[in-house]
Amino acid sequence: MAAHLKKRVYEEFTKVVQQQHEDLSTKKLRLTKPSKSAALHVDLCKATSPADALQYLLQFARKPVEVESVEGVVRILLEHYYKENDASVRLKIASLLGLLSKTAGFSPDCIMDDAINTLQNEKSHQVLAQLLDTLLVIGTKLPDNPSVRMRLVEVACKHLTDSSHGVRNKCLQLIGCLGPVEKGVAKEAESQAAKDVQKIIGDHFNDQDPRVRTAAIKAMLQLHERGLKLQQAIYSQACKLLADDYEQVRSAAVQLIWVLSQLYPESIVPIPSSNEEIRLVDDAFGKICHMVSDGSWVVRVQAAKLLGSMQQVSSHFLEQTLDKKLMSDLRRKRTAHERAKELYSSGEFSSGRKWGDDAPKEEIDTGAVNLIESGACGAFVHGLEDEMYEVRIAAVEALCMLAQSSPSFAEKCLDFLVDMFNDEIEEVRLQSIHTMRKISHNITLREDQLDTVLAVLEDSSRDIREALHELLCCTNVSTKEGIHLALVELLKNLTKYPTDRESIWKCLKFLGSRHPTLVLPLVPELLSTHPFFDTPEPDMDDPAYIAVLVLIFNAAKSCPTMPALFSDHTFRHYAYLRDSLSHLVPPLRLPGRKLVSSAVSPSITPNEDPSQQFLHQSLERVYSFQHLDPRGIQELLEFTIRDLQRLGELQSELAGMADFTATYLQCQLLLIKALQEKLWNVAAPLYLKQNALASAAAKQILEETYKMEFMYSGVESRQVVIIHHMRLQAKALQLIVTARTTRGVEPLFGMCEKFLQEVDSFQRCFISELPHMQGSFVDKLLDLMPRLVTSKPSEVVKILQTTLRQSTFLHLPLPEQLHRATANIIEPTGESDNPLRFTSGLVVALDVDATLEHVQDPQGSVKVQVLYPDGQAQLIHPKPADFRNPGPGRHRLITQVYLSHTAWTEPCQIEVRLLLAYNSNRSKASTRIPKSTWSESLEALPPSENGIEGTIPFSKPVKVYIMPKPARR
Amino acid sequence: MFCWCFPGVSLVCILVSIAGKNVMLDCGMHMGYNDDRRFPDFSYITQNGRLTDFLDCVIISHFHLDHCGALPYFSEMVGYDGPIYMTHPTKAICPILLEDYRKITVDKKGETNFFTSQMIKDCMKKVVAVHLHQTVQVDEELEIKAYYAGHVLGAAMFQIRVGCESVVYTVTAWIDKCRPDLLITESTYATTIRDSKRCRERDFLKKVHETVERGGKVLIPVFALGRAQELCILLETFWERMNLKAPIYFSTGLTEKANHYYKLFITWTNQKIRKTFVQRNMFEFKHIKAFDRAFADNPGPMVVFATPGMLHAGQSLQIFRKWAGNEKNMVIMPGYCVQGTVGHKILSGQRKLEMEGRQILEVKMQVEYMSFSAHADAKGIMQLIRQAEPRNVLLVHGEAKKMEFLKQKIEQEFNVSCFMPANGETTTILTNPCIPVDISLGLLKRETAIGPAPDAKKPKLMHGSLLMKDNSFRLVSPEQALKELGLAEHQLRFTCRVHIQDPRKEHETGLRVYNHLKGAIQWWLHPPAGADVVQLEQGSWRRCSFL
Repeated sequence: MAAHLKKRVYEEFTKVVQQQHEDLSTKKLRLTKPSKSAALHVDLCKATSPADALQYLLQFARKPVEVESVEGVVRILLEHYYKENDASVRLKIASLLGLLSKTAGFSPDCIMDDAINTLQNEKSHQVLAQLLDTLLVIGTKLPDNPSVRMRLVEVACKHLTDSSHGVRNKCLQLIGCLGPVEKGVAKEAESQAAKDVQKIIGDHFNDQDPRVRTAAIKAMLQLHERGLKLQQAIYSQACKLLADDYEQVRSAAVQLIWVLSQLYPESIVPIPSSNEEIRLVDDAFGKICHMVSDGSWVVRVQAAKLLGSMQQVSSHFLEQTLDKKLMSDLRRKRTAHERAKELYSSGEFSSGRKWGDDAPKEEIDTGAVNLIESGACGAFVHGLEDEMYEVRIAAVEALCMLAQSSPSFAEKCLDFLVDMFNDEIEEVRLQSIHTMRKISHNITLREDQLDTVLAVLEDSSRDIREALHELLCCTNVSTKEGIHLALVELLKNLTKYPTDRESIWKCLKFLGSRHPTLVLPLVPELLSTHPFFDTPEPDMDDPAYIAVLVLIFNAAKSCPTMPALFSDHTFRHYAYLRDSLSHLVPPLRLPGRKLVSSAVSPSITPNEDPSQQFLHQSLERVYSFQHLDPRGIQELLEFTIRDLQRLGELQSELAGMADFTATYLQCQLLLIKALQEKLWNVAAPLYLKQNALASAAAKQILEETYKMEFMYSGVESRQVVIIHHMRLQAKALQLIVTARTTRGVEPLFGMCEKFLQEVDSFQRCFISELPHMQGSFVDKLLDLMPRLVTSKPSEVVKILQTTLRQSTFLHLPLPEQLHRATANIIEPTGESDNPLRFTSGLVVALDVDATLEHVQDPQGSVKVQVLYPDGQAQLIHPKPADFRNPGPGRHRLITQVYLSHTAWTEPCQIEVRLLLAYNSNRSKASTRIPKSTWSESLEALPPSENGIEGTIPFSKPVKVYIMPKPARR
Repeated sequence: MFCWCFPGVSLVCILVSIAGKNVMLDCGMHMGYNDDRRFPDFSYITQNGRLTDFLDCVIISHFHLDHCGALPYFSEMVGYDGPIYMTHPTKAICPILLEDYRKITVDKKGETNFFTSQMIKDCMKKVVAVHLHQTVQVDEELEIKAYYAGHVLGAAMFQIRVGCESVVYTVTAWIDKCRPDLLITESTYATTIRDSKRCRERDFLKKVHETVERGGKVLIPVFALGRAQELCILLETFWERMNLKAPIYFSTGLTEKANHYYKLFITWTNQKIRKTFVQRNMFEFKHIKAFDRAFADNPGPMVVFATPGMLHAGQSLQIFRKWAGNEKNMVIMPGYCVQGTVGHKILSGQRKLEMEGRQILEVKMQVEYMSFSAHADAKGIMQLIRQAEPRNVLLVHGEAKKMEFLKQKIEQEFNVSCFMPANGETTTILTNPCIPVDISLGLLKRETAIGPAPDAKKPKLMHGSLLMKDNSFRLVSPEQALKELGLAEHQLRFTCRVHIQDPRKEHETGLRVYNHLKGAIQWWLHPPAGADVVQLEQGSWRRCSFL
């Protein structure tokens, strides 16, 4: 055996040698790049059996072929094709032809004739199908050649009568992809075959093979996608296909019907078995509704999804979809929904004991009961009660889309949506809560519905609860009992899950401000005040009490009579909360309370926010006094930065703006400080310390500019210019510092070169902005540019130094909206003293739960970093599915991080934090910034050529106590 | 095709004769009776001769006792040795239930003339387990195929096919368009359209929750398997979601084993259990504990699942007696109750029950009924019929009045004939059997090659001779038929005289008619089908056709 193997090895080896030899010889002869055609030819000639030939072809297919040699290879292949008797080899050749014609840069029109010729004599169905596939590839490669396409379509039409389903399939596919789309072109191109592609395809709607039927429908859809207007006549044919035996046919037919209903919504179709006529879109809607109770769940999902996008349907039909009748022993029974509604309208609050009265009521006339609904009746009832959750989700989505466009439908579907809140699958529950939020502007919840909705607050899933809080924020409640109920349930929720605190407070804030009049009668009860007796003062730190106050204060904002009901301590608590939770408690106009109401001074018009004004004023001050003496400027900057930071903390809506400007001023301050170092006056080597300070400043400025560019959403190009300008200054500073501290001129050459390039690219990118930058660093620099390019590095440095000192401080215009990307790690909490134990070498999964705000494209940019005590850092890219989007501008990251390490002797803490990765390619100015030195200093990321440039940590690190144990032997 | 149902109000046992084959569908027992009436009277099947010779196979759809309870009696005591088909979960669970039932009847009530444990074991040896969508060839002609039916664990519907005749027997399920000749379906809920499952579940949980919060005790009589597990999971998840502390008990014995089987056959369970299985096996309960008899007297709220389901005997009845006097307590009947059982009595509103020994038991506790039955309601049955497109429908296992209504509806909507045989009644259903005929490939190819190209939409006329030989049909070319039969070719000549008045010359007229006929004949008859010759003779024309 071994000997045999050896022999084979030698054989192969010799073969390889031969091939190379062949290659070399051709190279010599033709003086072109090595051609593969000759080698292939030799191989194929050598092949004695079909199996051998197949092997050669398979090997050949693995290697790419150069554009120049494609044609030669194709010729050889075709030559062999004609000679070959074995169908499998011919099949492989046919598929290779298709593969080769896909080669970029190769125009396959030269081989088309041959391919068509081969079709004529081919007997094997499989090879025929493969050849047609090749023709399809050729046709798609030649999009702007109608005559070629016409010819191919004709060929395909000819083969439509083939007895094999595979061939017919391919023919239809080809016609669908290449069939003429514009009527005019078809007429010019004379031929009859192509005249009516739709008819040809339509004829195959009742082919005997289901696969061909499916292909025909798909081809029709393909034509539609390519812009051909389908004829209305197809509609009746498509309707017949809905009753097909095979699910893939039905599934495709549903799509086709949907397409037609969008094309001809208003045309009239007759109802069979009656004289009436209805709009086509209504008819199609009814038919698709019918498919929601199809036998195959794939079709059901498809049908349910499509229903959502049929918004032109008349409301009469729409409302039928929620039709539901129950009966028991032939007596009409009221549905739970109806019962609930009746309880409500009779003014009786659900006592719980009344639920049982679902006893059957009136007798039903047996003739009048329609057991199986036709058309739209009850489609959503079916869809929402389907056993497969995929269908249910699709139905909920469709319901959402329809309800968004029709308020009356929204009102009607409410019962069903609320019902879905109790679905057994979490995704369905979540989806229905989101749906409800989306349509919340159209609806008002009844008490019994609110009851069901609020019951879900006890759900153990955080996602569900938070979605529900979000929903309650924008819900309309009809009665004061409803508000009370909501508050009670939310407080229950708060005691059960204290981590929901923030979310619940926020929810109550909106609930209060939306329903001031409903809250008003509840105030005495909520604050437990008594007309005669003083009640004890509640604990100010109790989250539940804060929740109640948040509700009341927000209601009081638009209800001036309410403060009269407050007791003394309530006012005190108001003052405290207004300061500590300013984002939740609005400013109130309180009688006789100068202390509080002074915040809103009467001189200012109410719509102008004083804090906004303060921000602008302080900025004005900085910009106007910039020609003060250096000391004064420094102090002014320092104070302003401090003020801004404090403002950001106080006013959450201005936080982004304040931070952004503070960062900018910080950069400026650093620059000024660095330039005032004594270093510049003294011989370089003596002042290493100062040197370190200046270079550190340069580094920090660079870092801050990246933060400014990538961490804020809403930054416009005007700001980007300033940021880049600041960065350029920092780089200049870096260059100067290096020039002062290093000896020799050689390293400077490269740096100068690079810097000048950057200036150049800056000019190119922001050419339109340059006029606004009078007197700035770059403005001056560009004036000196011709000199700089020619002068020596030492001179360049000198020029830079003076320009830097002389340049003015650029005014940073503020955009409308500016938000800083923030992240908050909720889990792990970092408070646990119990180390997470696991066996070393194995992995342990750490659940990470974080909220992200104002992060654009979190899927691409947010990473999790794990820092081990030994300095080892690990960077994890969460899956896109781990990000949820609970509301605009907010994201939630729930993921698992896998940790592993070698054994430790004792537990130790690791740090987990979130990083915001950025890539200069994505930057707003769409410039390529060369790699900066600091990004290399972050060991986390190996800087790659075109990938991520760096990362910004944007969450507080959380410490996790872990303990990898040595493995037991 | 014949269908015949056994007497007994609410047990299922159907005998189907299809194309000469006899199949028994289900073999149930009646829970309400304690005498001979509890088993079907198998002497109906055949008066003389062994059952094994008469029946080709027995099919059990699922493990409920009213569908399989009489099986050991039938196979061991009456005597049947043929194959019994059921799905794997049914085969696993069925003997446990039978054994449990045997214990209650024999050991507790001291009855004799009942099957023994050994009989159950022997009976199970005769069972052949089938997989879903597996086609089992019972004998050369009879084949059966199981489809998934979400009724209870392991429930299946069966398609029975002999030649081209087929019957589908089902409880409830999705099915492909198999167009059987007959669809047999249960119709317990023929006149009911139920609210959504979600609504029912929510109602159930609300009732339990409120009673427990009031400090009352909740009794849920269940059968050990099936709905019990579903309800357990429902309560378990609810308890977890709502963080409730009140204990839930499950009467012991069967639980462990049953849950074990549920864990084993997780792929047969519903989508939710299958989906959550990866994180946590739903059958490893956290809140549900085993019940001990002493717990029934414990103070405070609790929820107890006790067997059996219709309160006719055993532990559930014992607990019921203890708790019935307190109005804070509640009993929830999660399914259908047979007439004659305590369950049925209290559901129909009786407040004073006469127990054994002339005791009168006053029922003060609340009685609730929750239809958790997975049996298809009227809508479900209609949907099933729409999907399967049967030619006939047979309704079984339901009350006559209700079935009448459904029958009328089915006939009206689908225009298929519907039957509802009374017990012991035989229904005959006519079918149009199709007879397969073999045709030689050569002949087929030759015939298709003639004339216009094949068109899927039009039937095509072919010629050949039908040969019935050795119980098989074949279509062969005339020459071959003659050869095989050893016959010589005969020529038959049909003549017919037609008078034509034509002023033209005889020859000319003749030629015209000849040409016309030739054209016409060629159009619809092709020469090789028989040498058609139009001959022109003296004064008359003849068209001859030779076979």
